[in-house]
Formats: sequence, structure tokens, C-alpha cells
Amino acid sequence: MLLLGMLLTITTTHTPATDLGYLLHKNPARLQSFPMSFGQVHLFYPEASLDRCTVALLLDVDAVGLVRGHESEGFALQQYVNDRPYVASSFMSVAINQILGTALGGRSKERPELAQTALPFAATLAVVPCDGGEALLRRLWEPLGYAVAVDHHVLDTHVPEWGDSAYFTLHLTAEVCLQELLTHLYVLIPVLDNDKHYYVGDDEVEKLLRFGHGWLATHPERELITKRYLKHRKSLAQSALARLVEQPDPDAMVAAHEREEAVVEERMSLQQQRMGAVVATLRASGARRVLDLGCGEGRLIGALLADKQFEEIVGMDVSYRSLELAHERIHLERLPEMQRERVRLIQGSLNYRDQRLAGYDAAAVVEVIEHLDPPRLAAFERVLWEWAKPGTVVVTTPNSEYNVRWEQLPAGNFRHRDHRFEWTRAEFQSWAKSVAERFGYTVKFLPVGPEDAEAGAPTQMGVWTRHGY
Amino acid sequence: MPKLERQPKWEYGRAMDISFPELALVVLIGASGSGKSTFARTHFKPTEVLSSDACRGLVSDDENSQAATKDAFDVLQYIAAKRLAAGKLTVVDATNVQPEAREPLVALAREYNCLPVALVLDLPEKLCQERNRTRPDRAFGPHVIRQQSQQLRRSLRGLHKEGFRHVFVLSSLEEIAAASITREPLWNNRKHEHGPFDIIGDIHGCFAELQLLLEQLGYEVTTTPDADGQPGYTVACPDDRRVIFLGDLVDRGPQVFDVLRLVMAMVASGTALCVPGNHDMKLMRKLRGKDVQISHGLAESLAQLSAEPPAFLEQVAAFLDSLISHYVLDDGKLVVAHAGMKQALQGRGSGKVRDFALYGETTGETDEFGMPVRYNWAAEYRGAAMVVYGHTPVPDPEWLNRTINIDTGCVFGGKLTALRYPEATLVSVPALVTYCAPVKPFLVLETEAPALTAQQIYDDVLDVSDVLGKRLITTRLHRSVTIREENAITALEVMSRFAADPKWLIYLPPTMSPSETTQEPGLLEYPHEAFRYYRHEGVERVICEEKHMGSRAIVVVCRDAGVATKRFGVIDDSFGICYTRTGRRFFDDPALEAAFLREVQSAVSAAGWWEQFHTDWVCLDAELMPWSAKAQALIREQYAAVGAAARGAFAEAGAVLAQAVTQGVDVQSLAEDYHHRAELIDQYVRAYQHYCWPVSSMADLKLAPFHLLATEGSVHTQRDHVWHMETLAQLAQGSSLLHATPYKVIDVTDPDSEAVGIQWWEALTERGGEGMVVKPLDFIVTGRRGLVQPAIKCRGREYLRIIYGPEYTRTHNLERLRSRGLNAKRSLALREFALGIEALERFVQHEPLRRVHECVFGVLALESEPVDPRL
Repeated sequence: MLLLGMLLTITTTHTPATDLGYLLHKNPARLQSFPMSFGQVHLFYPEASLDRCTVALLLDVDAVGLVRGHESEGFALQQYVNDRPYVASSFMSVAINQILGTALGGRSKERPELAQTALPFAATLAVVPCDGGEALLRRLWEPLGYAVAVDHHVLDTHVPEWGDSAYFTLHLTAEVCLQELLTHLYVLIPVLDNDKHYYVGDDEVEKLLRFGHGWLATHPERELITKRYLKHRKSLAQSALARLVEQPDPDAMVAAHEREEAVVEERMSLQQQRMGAVVATLRASGARRVLDLGCGEGRLIGALLADKQFEEIVGMDVSYRSLELAHERIHLERLPEMQRERVRLIQGSLNYRDQRLAGYDAAAVVEVIEHLDPPRLAAFERVLWEWAKPGTVVVTTPNSEYNVRWEQLPAGNFRHRDHRFEWTRAEFQSWAKSVAERFGYTVKFLPVGPEDAEAGAPTQMGVWTRHGY
Repeated sequence: MPKLERQPKWEYGRAMDISFPELALVVLIGASGSGKSTFARTHFKPTEVLSSDACRGLVSDDENSQAATKDAFDVLQYIAAKRLAAGKLTVVDATNVQPEAREPLVALAREYNCLPVALVLDLPEKLCQERNRTRPDRAFGPHVIRQQSQQLRRSLRGLHKEGFRHVFVLSSLEEIAAASITREPLWNNRKHEHGPFDIIGDIHGCFAELQLLLEQLGYEVTTTPDADGQPGYTVACPDDRRVIFLGDLVDRGPQVFDVLRLVMAMVASGTALCVPGNHDMKLMRKLRGKDVQISHGLAESLAQLSAEPPAFLEQVAAFLDSLISHYVLDDGKLVVAHAGMKQALQGRGSGKVRDFALYGETTGETDEFGMPVRYNWAAEYRGAAMVVYGHTPVPDPEWLNRTINIDTGCVFGGKLTALRYPEATLVSVPALVTYCAPVKPFLVLETEAPALTAQQIYDDVLDVSDVLGKRLITTRLHRSVTIREENAITALEVMSRFAADPKWLIYLPPTMSPSETTQEPGLLEYPHEAFRYYRHEGVERVICEEKHMGSRAIVVVCRDAGVATKRFGVIDDSFGICYTRTGRRFFDDPALEAAFLREVQSAVSAAGWWEQFHTDWVCLDAELMPWSAKAQALIREQYAAVGAAARGAFAEAGAVLAQAVTQGVDVQSLAEDYHHRAELIDQYVRAYQHYCWPVSSMADLKLAPFHLLATEGSVHTQRDHVWHMETLAQLAQGSSLLHATPYKVIDVTDPDSEAVGIQWWEALTERGGEGMVVKPLDFIVTGRRGLVQPAIKCRGREYLRIIYGPEYTRTHNLERLRSRGLNAKRSLALREFALGIEALERFVQHEPLRRVHECVFGVLALESEPVDPRL
């Protein structure tokens, strides 16, 4: 048996159990220590009898050393006080590969046939992080034929109200070849950890395909495994997935895909409907020079660019990172000059008066106001309606009445963690009318998205027109 | 000899004495080879001379490239514009023989309100030809110079017409050699006059009130009939003070000519300066026989005029005609003008400047009373000079961006007001009678008076251009602090997304450096190094304050919501705030915040601070506990999580190692090592647990203030830290929320005293305390290399586990961690400290919010500089 985590033990009850030593190419009598890039690994056998033999792989991760030399990557306190030394992370996979490489390759000089034979194994990992809880652990391991048992660790025994942590001691038992066990561990430990420590490059795809050969393609959680193993690198994950499905079970793949999409689709379509409604409103207003305030990653800008009516499009966001993403997303560098000159991205804030915003035909403020603290709304109102004073203003915001229709949304929750408020239709409309009254605009309202008889549409939109515009 | 008649009145003397204003655009005119560059080198600084040849070189690598002419002149004019905008004399060294070459230069001078000066080198063509032949780089034919000479001759007569206010022509080598140039200060430049001044607003013939006001200001007015039997006035000034009259002496009121007599007498005797108002100029034109519309009170002046002798009226006209549009005084710190003066026009001379001084600017619209709508230049004013002006009556003078209008409409039944400079205090005398009804009512009834000042109304929303981009903030403690653009970018996001209303943010606390790393076994920090730091900086006594482990909190509390409105411009009925070190509101729950603030408020009342400090608000720098009140998520998701993972892992590892030991495998020392590590984890968990307790209500919170930062009129940096500790201890009496901070004063030149400090720290940290903060006794100390660290923290061994990791004390970890550099942290701490104090000083001195916000924003921006967060 093996221990993983900071500790991986693997125990076998095959007779003679001491064959484990031959299978691993490691002498049961001795403590062996191996220097690694991240610290040290100790390998020893806490028990080695004929009917039961356990090997332990104990990691001593050098937390201080890991951080040194990486200061240039920016500072965050999390770098210094973290769980890396104590959990089964990709460091453990590295250790398996480097120290138990022969066994991982399915070879054994002394017991070649035994290496290919399914034997009774038990493995314990202390500890594994798993944000998906015990359920995810079972979903990952049980389809591979393991019996799963877990010890769930509480966050702090002194403060029981804080509840459980995301850490488990994981016990696996199965009759498998040692190579299979090691392979499964090699792939699934980083999947559980979900925080790979080394750069994910193309060779990672190769590794995943190699070690996943024969089991990953048929694993019901293969998408999750692929995605997490490649640490959310979407394109890499897609290329791995594409190559995985060359073999088998296309039906199951398609079904899984559609399931996934149904969830995404619902949200996607609302977003697209919202963009559509905003663009249509701006188009109808006759605006040529428009502001996209809180442009985020530039979805609306992309849509506006497609229509030549909009001669000048200024995207503003308070987050510089968002502007960089918008820049990439609309491929600003690569646009032909005529197109590029239509777009300008600026950093700015809706809480500060801004001369640059004056004189535009229209402004769109899409899903932005709910990110402002209510006491700061007054400043935003003056910045937009008093000083920037565009002819048309389009504002969209969630309709909180509709939230009961979102099944995934726990009651009472906002749709996004950063939302400072979500308004009912009455709340939004009363605010909107007061703004119109105070700043000399008229306002009308439009629903966006599928309309529910009671709850209305998921998104509400206000369209202000300046008097005399 | 000059060939031109001298027509303009400002040219006199011989041609060789060339004299023009210090701020001018000097256009050299002369054919190639006439010696312009040599002349320019002789009489001007190299940086003042913009040469077209040099600009050709800049854009084309060839100083003689004719193809580069257009681009070269673009560059030349661009640089000239920058220089003129900055108020720098500029000389254009180019042939400039064609009118079309000179035209844009004259326009440029006009745009920047400086005088265009033509300086012509009109040498015989033969001489120029000869000179060019000897120069290998002038490879053009003789026809070029011939043409240039002809163009020059044709130009001479028209130069004045083209707009040159001064034209000088030098026609021989002798004249050129003999020429000397004098730069004259502009008439409005009175920078050498430092006051003190008493600046008096629009008088409009209100002589009685003027006399009363002068008396109140300490002047003695004596009436002595002059030779003609007319009254004459002598005014004795107190303490070398002088009066500045802001114009509009005349019209509307009852004693226009008495006012004039007094003002003229004072100006003549050097006890007053006077700038003209629009009414004064109109009267002057009338006196000079011009046809002017008799309106806006001119009739009253004219009615009184019949009693005056013609000779006096002639004097009046001459006096009014001699008045300079505005003055720049006291090294440029004070500007006075009748209707104000925007920054770009200050200290310049042109028709535009004069018009602005007399009338201000209007938007072109008219209001409901048919009056022109004034362009509010003061709202956009960003200049460093204080601008004092009048022209438009206001009920009360109000500061707006360092400008103040002191025309309080005496003639309309308001009052006559003086601003004392540099004291910036106001003195007023109420009108004895309403002499004239205003077209547009300006006196506001008490009940209709706005709750906010003009400045607060203007500051309701700040302008992004006052914070974005690279900025240089001048502070009184630490010279200038540079805010880099990328840091401002981050600060804008944090400020916009998370911070409270900027009106409340009058201070952000600086970061604090730890003491130098100690070599004491098992420790990273130890008081010894902190004591040594201050001793080496020449500080003899320090204060050690217990460092509470909670969250930094700035608390502002007002006596009531009315004060919050009046002093902070906040109009939401709140009477205070508690915010974090990044300007974020501390409490998400408004009810809890209100209860918290009420408790602080009543503690301040109980301590009698409102009376003691003559204040109705206080600002405290404090630590709010427990840590878990604000950092609950961080503690659970990071600190407790690490503890849980480690404990789970070590439990299993310990068992396996123990089993191996019993099996006879040689893992004894490994087992001991892991056992030791498991103990470190337990200590780590205890370390963070110490700073956590559940908060269900106010009763569970503790507030430990350590600085009484500011009250009305004072930033308490003149008081030492013992005063702060003792004063703040008064708040703790009878309050369950507020706690006095234990402290000790240590003499760092006395080893015994140091030992006491060290023992105290050891006792504190042994009990699980975070450690202590060591400060020089005085709030602000300047040492051998400038400002000294205002505070240094010295943290305990156990506390540092939550900073450096549970196992940082293992020998090979500690050895590596000891190499840590403090320079970046200390430099940052000083800059942030200087900005924080600057913000408070500016607030206390009632500066515009953007000036306070600039500093607070700066602290936030500096906080985004990458510095090791463990320090």
C-alpha cells in the first residue's frame, strides 16, 4: 500500500507481501531519502511481513525555499502561509514519477509477471484537498473500481461553528495492477488539488494522454479530469479532449456535452439577448458616438464595432486588467486602421467627474450599477447625467424578482458575489424616474430575456433620453 | 540709426537700448548671414533661443535641408508654445523675412498673452553675401540672400501693423555691437511685495462704511482740507500693513468722489494698491468724453460729479487710466483682480487679460434676470496662488479652490468686507443703508441658505484628472512624493470599487516597518534592534506601545449629523465613520456601525473633549479587535485551513513513522523531526486562535486608539506620544468598547532601561500578544538623513508563525528568512506617513477636498507598490 499527500502509503496483502519491495525496486529494510526540486522525499516501509507490507512516501516540502527566487512574480501573503507542504499535490505526482518510475512504467526486473497482475492494494493519502467534497472523491475513484473511505478534517477543533475543512484523508482499496494504481494516483492527485505548481505546457497534454491511456476516455468525469489536470487551460483541455474522443463512446460524449451546454446556453443566451437589446436601442437612438461605461472585457464593444452607424466607441472600465482583456478580445492591434480608429479604451471610474466623457450621443451602462455601493450612486448619477450628459443613456441591471426562477441560485443570494444590491422592477423604476426628473431626461423601460408572468424578465433595462435631444 | 519713426509710446531712448517686457516672444528678422545666431547667443540664454536650423536638424539630420522646413517650423512652434505657456521668454532665430513666416508667431504670442517683439538685423546685402561665401554649409546662390534682403526691406514698415508691439531695427555692425538688452518686469509683477495686506472688495461710493472698515482694521483716517478747500485724507497704517482695493470704487453709492479722494491719496502715498473695476473704467471713459451708456449706477456718479472741480476730475481720469489690470504679489502666492484671474492669465499682459480682470468670462447665456451667466472659472481653478477678487455680490465670502470673492454687496445693503493677508481672516462692516436695489437678489434668507459651502458643493464629486496619471504631491514633511501612473491605476480601482465616500477619507495610515532582523537564537525580531535604530538616529527616548492584533481602523466621529454636513459635506444623516486602512467602510451592517459610533461619541462627550479641544469632530487612529471581526474569511480560508491540512497530515505521518520505528527501520530521527514539526503546527493554530473570538454584538468589540490624529484646527502631531496615550486613556474610562493601550517609555541610552523594555516585550509576547510598536517620543522626528521612521514594530515569535508560516522557526528556515531587506518598506513607510499627515493638515486648514483626496489616494497608490507583505 502507498501513502500520498504529505504522506502516501501503499499496502498490499498479496502473499508474499514483501514482493512489494521488488515491484517498487526499493529495499524494505532501509529508509531512503531523495533530494527533489521542492524539498525531500523519504521512502520507508512501516511494515514488511509476508502477509502485509506497506510502503510510505513522505514528502518534506521546503516552503521557504519554494518562495525564494519567485519574489518577482508578485507578493501575496498566501504564498508564505499555505497548505502546500501538507497536502497531496502535484509534488507527490512528481515524486511517484521520479522515485517509483519503474513501477509506474509497469516494469519489474525481478517480478515482471507480478507487475502485470492485479493484486489487493490499499492506499492512503494524507491529506488531499477536495473542494468538491466526499462526493467528488467518490465520483473520481469509484468508477475505477476503488472502494473509497474518507476521514473529513474539521477546520478548527476549537471553533466547531466554522465546520469542516476541504481536507480529507483518503483511503482507497482495490484489486489492481500496481502500475494502474500509480497511474491513477499520478493523474488524479493534481486533479483533486486543482492547483498545479508547474507550468502547464503542451507536453502536459502528452503526459495526460499517456497516463490516461485505457481508462480516462471511458471515465464519466473525464472532462473534469482533463480540465483540472490542465488547470483550466481551455484550449489545451479542448485539444486533449478532442484527441481523447477519437477512440470510443462518442454517444456518451455527445450526451455529456449537451448536458453541459444546456446550463451554459441558458446563461449565454441571456447575455446575448442583453447585448442585442442594448445594440438595438442604441441603433434606434441614432447615436454615432457612444460610450460603453464599465465595458469589462469588451463584449458590447465587439457588437458595436460590427455596425458602421457607430463611428466612435469609447470603452471605459475601472479595472485595467479588464481593459487589457478587452483589448485582446476585440483584437484591437490587428484591426484595420479604419476600424481601430473607431475604438478607444480608457481607464476611468464612475465615481469621478470626467471631462473625457462629455459630448457623446449615447452611453451604455450594462450590468454595472449593481457593482456600486448604494451611497456612491449619487456621484455616479451626477457624473453621467449631469456632466457627461449624453443624449441617450441605456442602463441594464438584474431584476431581483426573477431570482426565484434561477434554480442554481440559493434563495436570498445575489447573482454575483460582487453585487452590492439587486433591485426589483419597482425599485429600479423609481430610481430611474427620479434620475430622469432631476437631470432633465425622460425614461422608458424594457424587459430583457424570457418574461415570467409574475417575476418579469431576468434583466431590466432603462432608456433615458435628454430633453430636447 | 533706426529708419523707422518711433510711433508707439512705449519706445523711447536710443535704438541701442533695447528694452521689452520680461515675458515676450522675440522674433529675430534678418537675411541669412546677418548674424542673428551670434546676436542671439550674445544676448540670450541658449535655452531661450529656438533656431529654425537646429529644428531642421532635429527632424532631418540636416540643418540646411529646405525640404524639412515645414516640419522644422512645426517643432519650433510647438516648443515655443510650451515655453510661453510656462511663462518663459522665447527668441525665434529664423530669417522671418516674409510676413507669412511672422504671422503664426504673432498669433502664438497672442494666444499666450505675451508681447511679440520684432528685432531686425538690417545689414547691407553685400556683407551678408560675403559672410555666406566663407561658410561651406551655406551652398545656396547669391540670389537667395538678395531676395531675403528685399523681402526684409519691404516688411519693415508693416511690422507694427502685423501686431509687433515693439520693433527694433539695427542697421550696422556698430549698432549691433553696441546694442544692450533690458528686460523689464511687467507692471503687474509685484512679487517682491510681501504684505501684510488688507484687501477690500467693491466699495461703490460707500464712503462711510469704508471709513468704518478701515478703522476696524486699525487704520487711522484723518481729514485735512487741501489747498482748494476740498477734503483730503491721510491714512496711518497699523504695523506696516497696506490696503489693496479691488476696484469698483464708483457708481451706485452716495460718496463716489470721497472714496476716490481717499483711495487716490493712499495710492499716491504708497499705502495702498488699487486694481480697476469695470465701473471705474466706464467712468474714466465718460470723463475722457467718450460716449458711454448711462446705466448700472453711472448716473449717481455723474450727479455727484457736478460738485467737483474740473482739475480734480482730470486727476481722477488720469488715476483710473493708470490702474494695472491685476497684481501678482508675494512671490506669486497672491493674485488680486477685480473679477478674478485664471491661472493661465496670471502675470501676463494683453487685452484679453485686462478684459478678464474687469469682467471675468461669461458663457454667452443670460439668466432669468437678463444678466449674463458667468463662467465659473474658480470652480476649475487649480493654481497655487490665492486669488482674491470681487465684482459679483455674494452674501458671504466663500473659499473655492484657493479663490475668494469678497464683494459682499455693501451698496445693495450687504456689507463691506476685507480679507486680511496672509492671515486669511475676514473683517466686515454692515451697510448703513441699502443704497441701491440689486437687479438680481443676492442676499439669501437664513432659511434658504444652502447647508453646504460653495467648496463642498463643488467637491461633491471629485474630478478624475485630479488623481489619474503620474503625480507629484508636495508634502510638508517629506518634500515631494511621486505617485507612479501604474500605482494610480490600481488605486483608482480600489478607491472606486471599495472605498467609502471620499468626503470621509481624511487620512489613511502608513505601512510600518519591522525592526532589523535580530541574531537572537530562535527569533527574527527583538526589541534591541528597534532601540538601536532610534539611538543611531539621535533619538534618546522612545515609547513602546503594546501592539494589538486586530484590524487597523480610522474612526471619525462628529458631535451630531449637522456637524458631519457642515464640516465634511456629508448629507446622509450619518455622524461619523469607521474605515479600514484601505478606506473601506469597516462595518457592513449600518446598525452595528451606528451603535459603535454612538459609543465612541459618548466616550468623547464624557471625556469633555468637545470643550477641551474646541472641536465638534475627532479623528482617531486605532486598532479594532478581534481580528476575526473583519478577517473572518481570511482566517477560515487560509489560516485555519492550513492548520487543518497540516494536523491531518501529521497525524497520519506520525502514526506511520511510529510503526516503522517499532519495525526496527532506522527512522528514529525522522520521527523526532516530524514530531517536532507537528508541535509547531499546534503552536501556529494557537497563535491565530488567540486573535479570534466570536462577535455577535457591539459588546464583543474592542477599540484601542493610539493616536488622536486631529480635531478642528489641529493635527496633533506637535504632541508627543505620551500625551496621546494619556489623553486617549480618558476615553477608556467607563467604556466597555474603548481600551487604553499599555505603554512604557524607554531611555535607549540606558542599557537598564532597555532591559526593562525587552522584558516587557517578552512578557507581552509570551502571553500570546503580537508584540509592540516602538516610536520616538515625539510624533515627528528628523534625524541625520531626514525624516525618521515614525514607528517600528517588533513582533513576537509566536505571532510571526501566521506571517512566515508555521514552521518558520526550524533552524534552516530561520537562517534563510533572516536575509530580508527593509529599505523598500522603510522608504514606503516614510512616504505614506508624510502623505497621511499632509491629508490631515490640508483637511484641518479647510483646503478643497481634492487636495485632501490627492494625498489619501496617494497612500492607496503607494500601497500597491510591490513590497514583501511579511514585513
